[in-house]
Amino acid sequence: MLEYALKGSRRYWGWLIFLLVVMGIGFSAYLTQFKVGLGITGMSRDVSWGLYVAQFTYLVGIAASGVMVVLPFYLHDYKAFGRITVLGEFLAIAAVLLCITFVFVDLAYPERILNVMLFPRPNSILFWDMIVLNGYLLLNILVGWNALAAERKGVHYQKWVKVLAYISIPWAFSIHTVTAFLYSGMPARDYWLSAIMAARFLVGAFCSGPAVLILLCLIIRKVSRFDPGKEQMRTLGGIVAYAFILNIFFLLLEVFTAFYSNIPAEKATWIYLYEGMGGHGQFVPWMWLSVVAGVVGLLLLIIPGTRRRLDTLAVGCVAVIVCTWIEKGFTLIPAGLTPNPFDQVFPYYPTVREVVITIGVYALGFFILTVLYKIAISVKEEVGA
Amino acid sequence: MEVDRRAFLKIAGLSGLLALGGTAAFKLFAPGEVDAAMEAVPLTEAKQWAMVVDMQKCWAKQKEGECKDCILACDYVHNVPRYGDPKDAIKWIFEEPYEDTFPEQQREFADENLKKLPFLLLCNHCTNPPCCRVCPTKATWKREKDGIVMQDLHRCIGCRFCMAACPYGSRSLNWVDPLVEMKDRDPRFPYNPDYPVRSKGVVEKCTFCDQRVDRGMTPACVVACKKKNVNALTFGDLTDKDSNVRKLIRENYTIVRKPQLGTGPNVFYIMRGNYA
Amino acid sequence: MYDGGKIIVGLVIGLCLLFSPYFFNAGRAAKAPQPELTPQAKKAKVCVAPTEWIKANHMHLLDTWRNSAVRDGERYYHSANGKIYYESLQTTCLDCHSNKAQFCDQCHNYMDVQPYCWTCHFAPTPKEKSQWKSIEERFLK
Repeated sequence: MLEYALKGSRRYWGWLIFLLVVMGIGFSAYLTQFKVGLGITGMSRDVSWGLYVAQFTYLVGIAASGVMVVLPFYLHDYKAFGRITVLGEFLAIAAVLLCITFVFVDLAYPERILNVMLFPRPNSILFWDMIVLNGYLLLNILVGWNALAAERKGVHYQKWVKVLAYISIPWAFSIHTVTAFLYSGMPARDYWLSAIMAARFLVGAFCSGPAVLILLCLIIRKVSRFDPGKEQMRTLGGIVAYAFILNIFFLLLEVFTAFYSNIPAEKATWIYLYEGMGGHGQFVPWMWLSVVAGVVGLLLLIIPGTRRRLDTLAVGCVAVIVCTWIEKGFTLIPAGLTPNPFDQVFPYYPTVREVVITIGVYALGFFILTVLYKIAISVKEEVGA
Repeated sequence: MEVDRRAFLKIAGLSGLLALGGTAAFKLFAPGEVDAAMEAVPLTEAKQWAMVVDMQKCWAKQKEGECKDCILACDYVHNVPRYGDPKDAIKWIFEEPYEDTFPEQQREFADENLKKLPFLLLCNHCTNPPCCRVCPTKATWKREKDGIVMQDLHRCIGCRFCMAACPYGSRSLNWVDPLVEMKDRDPRFPYNPDYPVRSKGVVEKCTFCDQRVDRGMTPACVVACKKKNVNALTFGDLTDKDSNVRKLIRENYTIVRKPQLGTGPNVFYIMRGNYA
Repeated sequence: MYDGGKIIVGLVIGLCLLFSPYFFNAGRAAKAPQPELTPQAKKAKVCVAPTEWIKANHMHLLDTWRNSAVRDGERYYHSANGKIYYESLQTTCLDCHSNKAQFCDQCHNYMDVQPYCWTCHFAPTPKEKSQWKSIEERFLK
């Protein structure tokens, strides 16, 4: 079915070439990083994880969100989602590949990446993260590709595809739980040391991922003859709404524990983020922007009228993505390392090269996503779905 | 025998996999002729190395004139680059004031002199090191024979998980290539011809001078302090109840950094009071 | 065959590219490597293992030393000739063979291998050795 990706309109090819150019720029910036070292980023001895790890964290969430389409369809026979399961699975594939790329880009000695497989350490959560992410990638490729191929041939997919789809449901929960365990098991970092971290990650995934999917479906409606369906998008909107409410609720639970207990170590990072500390407050405007986006998103998603209308739903989804990205995909990681173990604040801000590399990697993700979606849409158009 | 194309491809693929896997497995598991020659020469032994730091002696010395010999000795022996920039800094043994070393001991009206007094910090070689728990490649691990938390710089992939996990800020990544960066800063670098430099991209920290300890010597910082007749640093076996460190811990009140985290740090700080 | 002209032209170009190294180096043999021993190495007469063996297996030996010294804490190698050596590329090997450019690099460059050992391990110059003596005097003796 790959041949579908090779046939497209001028707009399609123009978009792919634009992405290739952005990837090229990002790659050349990465070559500098490869040669000079991670010193060209804004990371330091105190804030040793930054934008790359934050993107990895956020994208694991997007990847896990495929389950929000697969679960209703395969487990609860919600037939309407049958039109878009493959879109959710392909989004998960692109997101997991991006996660792996961001991990590679973040490594200070990338030539040794295979050491993680050559010298396995079950004690380390990174080992399990590698296993569950690669496993999830494989599951989605097998299920998505085979289901799509079956649809193209006009037959029902094989029985084993359904078995794999069933496995992928708890597996999706596990990938983001394991990623949360990377952070929530470390005694050194109070901002992350919270039992609810895994739950927050999951609900964050289940609102941001379907939000991305809704926006992608709206784009697909515009650029192709395949209509994912109003009912599908509205149901997804409902899922985003509930997950987002839970996301904000869990965040407020954390705020309560931090500030009602009044323990300085618990409060420190929250103060640094929302108010500034030690004369450093670069994240403060970002956090309040995420609060505003959160309020906008909540309103648009809770009010049934605005959730039903696709244009306001789109705005709500953008608000959800902005809110969750700032909170999880930007500030969670560097802020968890601030203040440092000496209660000092060393500010982190990504450098230009770091941002360029990040955008280049995202371009790679969009490239993979475009190719996969082109295949999926072409098949669906052909079949007359 | 009729073999159709599918079956043939399956058989060929399987045979190829077996051939590759077989040779790889043979290479991995075949006994080496060199291994038989490795046997230890008996050396100074301990079950758990520990260090007791008596800062009062150090402060008394500082009053006579600035002394940073322990830090300098460590940096010279191990070719630790000195950039002068906290962003990319590599620190094996270093100084921080009391209020940053023991932040959970903050009290508004504690002895004002104590707050700013410097303390010597290094890797605590914890009994339950979280850094070793999280390392995905076992590039850092706790040695069973003597409790030193070791670094294998040949294996480190630079993921910095250990840096995030260490509650004491003891670890440093080589964000840049030391040889390149130090070329203009200090022409004497590298200082010690008997110790390698590091490449960029690996995490390093104090290793209780494992290369000295394995040859029956004490760490460089301890020797340097002793040479100045200050003796603020004492290095010994924590599990031996008659050792120098156990004696000091018995006779003085000592504290460790962040005991509530359960890491079991093995660097003890003697607190005597009277910080005028 | 269809497009026969294009195929044959493409084949010729491809084969030319494939065999171009031979064309460029025809008639010139690369100089055989001639590693030189330092006076210290000549005086020692034997390496940690018999010369023929160590020529072929020094990579394997160093790899084993690396794991044994760093990971197992076993830092002494009992050689076949009965002597005990301290397992260290930096301290033992490069002590005798401190002329890296005239010794190690000779064969490595000829074979075009770049062992990544040299990103960290370095051959000390006499200046560095004497400089270290004064540092050692100041802090450690």
